[in-house]
Amino acid sequence: MNRRMVFYTLGQLTVLEGALMLLPLGTALLYRERTVSSFLCAIGIAFLAGGLLMALFRPKNRIIYAKEGFIITALSWIVLSAVGALPFFISGEIPSYIDAFFETVSGFTTTGASILTNVESLSHGILFWRSFTHWIGGMGILVLMMAILPASGANSGRSIHIMRAEMPGPVVGKLVPRLRDTAKILYLIYIALTTLLILVLFVAGMPLFDSVVNAFATAGTGGFCIRADSIAGYAPHLQWILAVGMLAFGVNFNLYYLILIRNLRGALRSAELWCYLAICAVSAGIITLNLMPSYGSISHAFRDASVQVASIMTTTGYVSVDFDLWPQLSKAVLFLLMFVGGCAGSTAGGLKVSRVMLLLRYAKQSLMRMLHPRSVRAVHMDGKKVDEATVESISPYLILYFCVLICTFFLLCFDAFDFETNITAAVTCFNNVGPGFAAVGPTQSFAAYSAFSKLVLSATMLLGRLEIIPLLITFSPSTWTKK
Amino acid sequence: MKNEKKRIMKILVAGCGKIGVSVISRLVDEGHDVTALDSSAAVIGGITNVYDVIGAVGNATDCETLAEAGVAEADLFIAMMHSDELNMLACFIARRMGARHTIARIRNPEYNDSSLDFMRRELGLSLAVNPEMLAARDLYNMLKLPSALKVEKFAARNFEMIEIRLKPDSRLSGVSLSDLRNHFKAKILVCYVRRGEDVFIPSGNFVLQGEDRIGITASSAEIQRFLRELDMLKKQARSVMILGGSRISFYLAKMLGDIGIDVKIIEKNEEHCETLSGLLPRAIVICGDGTDQELLLEEGLAGSDAFVALTGGDEENILVSIFAAARGVSKVITKVNRESLEGLADQLGLESIISPKRTVADVVMRYVRARQNSRGSHIETLYKLADDKAEAMEFIVTADANCIGIPLKDLKIKQGILIAGIIRGRIPIIPTGADRICEGDRVIVVSAEKKLQDLSDILQ
Repeated sequence: MNRRMVFYTLGQLTVLEGALMLLPLGTALLYRERTVSSFLCAIGIAFLAGGLLMALFRPKNRIIYAKEGFIITALSWIVLSAVGALPFFISGEIPSYIDAFFETVSGFTTTGASILTNVESLSHGILFWRSFTHWIGGMGILVLMMAILPASGANSGRSIHIMRAEMPGPVVGKLVPRLRDTAKILYLIYIALTTLLILVLFVAGMPLFDSVVNAFATAGTGGFCIRADSIAGYAPHLQWILAVGMLAFGVNFNLYYLILIRNLRGALRSAELWCYLAICAVSAGIITLNLMPSYGSISHAFRDASVQVASIMTTTGYVSVDFDLWPQLSKAVLFLLMFVGGCAGSTAGGLKVSRVMLLLRYAKQSLMRMLHPRSVRAVHMDGKKVDEATVESISPYLILYFCVLICTFFLLCFDAFDFETNITAAVTCFNNVGPGFAAVGPTQSFAAYSAFSKLVLSATMLLGRLEIIPLLITFSPSTWTKK
Repeated sequence: MKNEKKRIMKILVAGCGKIGVSVISRLVDEGHDVTALDSSAAVIGGITNVYDVIGAVGNATDCETLAEAGVAEADLFIAMMHSDELNMLACFIARRMGARHTIARIRNPEYNDSSLDFMRRELGLSLAVNPEMLAARDLYNMLKLPSALKVEKFAARNFEMIEIRLKPDSRLSGVSLSDLRNHFKAKILVCYVRRGEDVFIPSGNFVLQGEDRIGITASSAEIQRFLRELDMLKKQARSVMILGGSRISFYLAKMLGDIGIDVKIIEKNEEHCETLSGLLPRAIVICGDGTDQELLLEEGLAGSDAFVALTGGDEENILVSIFAAARGVSKVITKVNRESLEGLADQLGLESIISPKRTVADVVMRYVRARQNSRGSHIETLYKLADDKAEAMEFIVTADANCIGIPLKDLKIKQGILIAGIIRGRIPIIPTGADRICEGDRVIVVSAEKKLQDLSDILQ
């Protein structure tokens, strides 16, 4: 294995993270807050550690394979979170490092689960950084690195292994021949959409700082909010804007590229998109009907249902109403939506709509084979045969998915919470949603969990964001022994 | 600023076999937007894992596949599939669908006669390449001048570049290049030196050592004189033994036969033998297993002037070549297709190695660079030298070149670039500081690691 290249890339990434912290530093300076020194300190550590790694592990041979791609990605995300937690910890606004680490992991993995009980007491710089982690984690920091670094050696065609490991979804492809251009296009679309959202929110009457951090949290489908009651306190039309924003960032970014190159028909042909929208519409419909008796007003019921469906389906986790008080049917719908998640190639978490579709089609095909043992059938998607390797990779993924979920649930049970709390905590973190039910419900936080459970949940969030495989490979012993 | 001038081309390569991949690798290396198209998903998967290209799986003669792969915007379509007919058809369709230029591999001897021009015109092909014919021509040049490890010809007649290895006790060892011209009256220019893994573009005070491999440019006559001076001149081969009856063997045997050299071809397959003997009345075709040492000796391997191993298997070629060299054949040439084995063959002491796919890639790249060049000055020839670490190019000087009329010593030429020859009319000039470049000259430039597109790029 090319260890030098792995650690060298980690060094580059740490330096990049340090550079990204300049933005919250600027915010802290702007508001003349005392966290300036904490950010300077964190940036200093990042530059120093990153520079040291780069100097110590200057690689002679820059060739990497799929294995290195997985390991680089997994370790990068761990280092990213460890370094990202520094500003919270150094400033003392989150006194425990484990809490700070949990909060940062929750940020980068765009989960939005928080251990904070009093968000409004935090300084602007820290709040900015907290939401900015969502934005960075949404599209992926390694993809950002590929867009920035010059296309040579470290950033050659082989970087596709890193991109595959970091980008969610069963199939990751390029948009244009060169990887660097692909990464650039993705980030340009991302930046453009985020800017648009900031502008719309601001024009619609949200304060500028709120617009910016909420746009970050929406773009990354994260869900950190700077108010104690999440987005419930914003005016109804702002909630609608956020809902549309969340849905927009839950769509596969390849479709935006198709629209950009004026291939609207190609974009609209995507079966995943229609399935995604259909699930949203049906869920919102069911919940609205279910809520009607208690709400009275259909428009209010529809708004709460839609915003909450958009928030949970895209795994954002914004809360516009305490849905823990909703009837069982509505809660069940939300719980199921947590598993589905957004589209592949978006910033959302969960299983991904396309994977669920493939899974169902695969199951149907297997059933058909039992009926007609000699039949040969391929799984189709968007009118094309799906590569067999892709189809076959889906069921092992599902097995691993449930293994991780069950393990997390079991480990959480060491804490004295009820069944509903533990299971929804595991599901909501693993799918990068944010809020669960009961004691981790919309108005509660994860603060009450023990340090051990917080570490377990941090690991689960990372497993969810990177879709399990990279971390599993990195931490299986046979990867590191020379055999 | 130089980069802005360089136009990035959108190139679609259909057929990703050995030659296709080597072309893709070179194109990516030069920064083009490449789409690789092949019918096998596994092949495309392998390529996209290694090279920075976008992959497309499908049939290259299917309009829908081509449209999806972006043929309409392609500046160049290259068809390198296994069948000539598929290549021609794919190029024809691609051209009609909007590809600006097309290159097809056409290697069937039947198409490579007078009908080629007609087909090229009618199909709108910009270039037809025949890897086997190109390889055979290389071999032919090497056999004509057996003292050199490699021979590269330029479009300008009677000017060539050869590579030789200095003996450990060579008289040139310890001689600096500026002394070379004074000591040896030969009018030659050393344009690159390979020492171990390193490649140098030498200046006047560079001192040669034994075991160096040096590249020399000069007129053909001067090269002969220089080699005689060094006592390195081997006799031109009179009898050649060829192992393997492939297409390359056929083309080579035909060329050699035309200048009266005795050719013996050893081929396993009886049917092939019969076809060959039908096509090559002057050659001796022997049906037998060429890896059988007894057979080789019986057929007079030791008495041959040259031995060329051209079977489909690299390993077989290498092993039999070592055997032939051990039996005292003075010129042994080995065909090696895989790059990893090329280095190995070199270590095993096989000095003359040809790789058909590299020859094809050279030809394609020459065409691409010429297209890329917006100002229209022509790259006539392009060779990769010394394991792709350097390249030699032949330009025709146009009126707008910025180096015309200035003595070479006053030109600010970039590091690692050397003007290796100027051909004015039919007279080759080995350039000194006082020489000037004039319009209409052919200039040969050797450069390391730099990708020149225009003669004016040599200046700082």
